[in-house]
Amino acid sequence: MEARLRRLLGTDTFLPYWLLLPTLVFIGVFFFMPLFNAIMLAFRADNGAFTLDYFKKMVADVRFIETLKYTFLLAVTIVPLQLVTALAMALLVNTGFRGSRFFLYLFALPLGISDLAAGLIWLSIFTQHGFLNSILYSLGFIQRPIYFISYQNIGLTFLAIVIAEHWRATAIVLVILVAGLQMISRDYLEAAEVLGARGWKKVWYVILPMLKPSLQSALIIRTIFALQTFAVVLALAGNIIPVLAGEAYFWHFLYRNSHIASAYAVLLMVISIGMTWFYLRFLRSRMEVIRG
Amino acid sequence: MSYPRLLRRTLLYMGVTAFALWVLVPIFFIGISSFTPRNEIYAWPKPIIPSHFTLETMRFFLNSYGVLNSLLNSVWVALLTLSFTLAVGAPAGYAVARFFFRGREAFRLGILVTRMFPTALLAVPLAVTFIRWGLYDTLVGVALIHTAMALPFAVIITTGIFMGVPKDLEEAAMTLGCSRFGAFARVALPLALPGLAAAAMFTFVISWNEVFAATILTVNNRTLPAHILTTIQASPLYFRFAGGFFMILPALFFMFLIRRYLFHMWGGATAER
Repeated sequence: MEARLRRLLGTDTFLPYWLLLPTLVFIGVFFFMPLFNAIMLAFRADNGAFTLDYFKKMVADVRFIETLKYTFLLAVTIVPLQLVTALAMALLVNTGFRGSRFFLYLFALPLGISDLAAGLIWLSIFTQHGFLNSILYSLGFIQRPIYFISYQNIGLTFLAIVIAEHWRATAIVLVILVAGLQMISRDYLEAAEVLGARGWKKVWYVILPMLKPSLQSALIIRTIFALQTFAVVLALAGNIIPVLAGEAYFWHFLYRNSHIASAYAVLLMVISIGMTWFYLRFLRSRMEVIRG
Repeated sequence: MSYPRLLRRTLLYMGVTAFALWVLVPIFFIGISSFTPRNEIYAWPKPIIPSHFTLETMRFFLNSYGVLNSLLNSVWVALLTLSFTLAVGAPAGYAVARFFFRGREAFRLGILVTRMFPTALLAVPLAVTFIRWGLYDTLVGVALIHTAMALPFAVIITTGIFMGVPKDLEEAAMTLGCSRFGAFARVALPLALPGLAAAAMFTFVISWNEVFAATILTVNNRTLPAHILTTIQASPLYFRFAGGFFMILPALFFMFLIRRYLFHMWGGATAER
């Protein structure tokens, strides 16, 4: 019996499952369990009864609407900008000129920079006596520093965050797009050239349509992470601009209420899933229109 | 070279140079800030290049209360994370690369999807659980959640790495008398080693950079980013700049070392969508 079992487990039929087991167990304990607990924390009172109180408190917070607004605004501003920038970078590098590899690595550099560090980097530029004000002064544009980051200039503060996050996280879009470009078969490009497509025409009619899956992945991945923007905002603007992940952090860290913190986290998850569903549906239907 | 071609070349190099400056200038600025005398950080008008460069600002940062301690914590957490991640994730990567089995595609997609969930959703309830388990405010606790965050990448990356090692070689070793494990350990592993090292460094950077979960799960045993984040409102600007610069140094170094692998890693992640 034991020998038979050992023989069974030893075959290639079972081996892959044994190899997956550690990962599956780990995901179970450190992903599914917290996921379940988060929902429990958000919907269940300390006495165990189902409640919507935490969500009501969350929605009733004076900052809630602002938080929602800025989280969405950040995502819808940053992500399209990043796609355009990364696409431009990727297409330039993809021409394969001398030194293109060098530039590719340079462009990918922010991949290693954390959101907190990126916030601090741009703080050195946007702060009251920072580099931007210093440059504007030395060029003679201003006499006194502009307060880029303050309650009086919410618009500028928002813009500073957009710039910092755009600077930091475009690299990941670039990497996805470059990987996508590398997969486009040379044959297609050569065929396009034989048929007379050059320059922009080749980009528009051949490369972009073939890059669509990569663009779609990048769009979804970046939107989900942009909705979670946190440390850039905190490092750069304190709590002038509230965001969902930041509120979850404050509720847990400052107010010691993991129920309401979980409610924010659950809301963030629902929005992420909703956006992904929206993109998949919207992009597919567009694709079918083009095909048909 | 014909005139239009020359023009195109020039435009091309202008374009990539502009993007390169966009990436590099902010790093240059934070670098200068970290070696500017402390009083000049607040001066107005502030010269872009300081009157002189000094190590004093950086020394102030490193000697500030809690920094050295949290720095060591960060290194430990990152090392633990990369050990856990490779120990758990690499076998899965090997399985996906070598075998066709039921549920293979579901597994690959499922593991990617786990990374799409917000960090807050894992960190907040885990803080509650960790208090019960005695893991709250411990380095192992932080390393465990970092492992959960790095695991999807590790599986994808190691899958790519093992796919790059020809299966024939292992089969040849087995016909020559190696056991299944022997063939793996003596043939596949040595060939996969550079790639695995790159995956390890990538995992190190993920952990080194992570701030949200590290802050939520610790009180006294902060990692460096958690320490900087929780003291940010109370710390002077030169402390923050030096901290920012210090945090990016190892990350940039590792990214440079593994630059060749970066695109393979993500190529694998998005190719089979």
